[in-house]
Amino acid sequence: MPKVKLPRKSTAIDMTPMVDVAFLLLTFFMLTTKFKPNDPVTVVTPSSISTKLLPESNIAMILIGKDGRVFFDLDNKFKKQQLMSDLNSQYHLGLTKDQINSYAIGGPVGVPFKMLPQLLSVPADQRNAFPQPGIPIDSANNELDQWIKYTLNVNNANPDLQFVIKADDNTKYEVVKQVLKTLKANHLNKLHLVTNLKPIPPGTAAWREQQAAGGANASKQQP
Amino acid sequence: MADVEMKEAGGGRHQGTKSKKLSTRIDMTPMVDVAFLLITFFMLTTTLQKPKTMNLYLPEDVKNPEEQNKVKESQALTIILGKDHQVYYYYGTGQEPNERMYKTTFANKGGIRDVIINKWDNVIKNSGGRDSLVAIIKPMNDADYEDVVNILDEMNINGVQKYALVDSIYDFEKNLMKEADDHPAPDPTLSGQ
Repeated sequence: MPKVKLPRKSTAIDMTPMVDVAFLLLTFFMLTTKFKPNDPVTVVTPSSISTKLLPESNIAMILIGKDGRVFFDLDNKFKKQQLMSDLNSQYHLGLTKDQINSYAIGGPVGVPFKMLPQLLSVPADQRNAFPQPGIPIDSANNELDQWIKYTLNVNNANPDLQFVIKADDNTKYEVVKQVLKTLKANHLNKLHLVTNLKPIPPGTAAWREQQAAGGANASKQQP
Repeated sequence: MADVEMKEAGGGRHQGTKSKKLSTRIDMTPMVDVAFLLITFFMLTTTLQKPKTMNLYLPEDVKNPEEQNKVKESQALTIILGKDHQVYYYYGTGQEPNERMYKTTFANKGGIRDVIINKWDNVIKNSGGRDSLVAIIKPMNDADYEDVVNILDEMNINGVQKYALVDSIYDFEKNLMKEADDHPAPDPTLSGQ
């Protein structure tokens, strides 16, 4: 058998298709991404069968850690700015313009009013490292109530404003009860609780309903 | 001056520095590196699953207790959430003196769900339609928020339309809870399961 002479091929390969794919993926992730919320406490939310999505905008978030610390945040930077300048003038906090802006671009805040100047002098990106004791919610000094009142005020009773409670699995109901009571006192009766999705247990009323509506998809959940 | 410049420019063009024919292929490796780095970054920071929410409607406080809706004893189920995921329940709203409280869990089988389904069947058998079952949920202060969401979810799972989150826990309920802790008894209405 004659020796087959293999032609020497260049090892360089054409990377254009790979680049194409890479950029396609990159575009996809850039467009679909929504950054993980940068919360000062880690909150593991409970699960429910509800499939309703969290509203995209116009939300006021009350964050409750498992140690019962309460944090408050709005999603709209301009509203936050307005809210903080209102609180500043009401409580004579003596905040500078920079500190108010720093509040607007930062995440949830959970300190008593008198600690706000101290907290807001920390740069927004390092604020989570600052030990925040939570917003006082006890009936003697219910500052959460003030946060809610001023929020309603800057939103001019915007009917689209939704109040969202994001609490941890192990938060004691005592704290949640107080928060609910505060919201109720402000006539905020329609609330959203942030939950994870869990499958509907088979054989129950909701499951039968889903079966009737969904047909083939739903039956896959049957064990 | 303009003349000179033109001359220079023109001269350059005419002379034509012999440029080598360079390949149009460029090394794309660094670009791929950057692209994949960015992909990795976006993949790690992204949250594909958007958070879900459960709606909670709180009733407006009524000043006058007379205005409060009266619930028929036979249609009510009172559920008390204790600490450590304990679930206590009794039938009725506590207007009748000889209530018996039972203790259960959130287990899928033989837990609170079976109690709700069973009670529901009873209510349908004895009186009106499905939506006539009223669940009263009373979480204790040391109950976990998880349990509260779980029980509200249980209402959605079982299609209970009427339920209320109530704060006040009466003394007799506390006594009954203690009784249920000390002398647990099986719920006779659940005997079939």
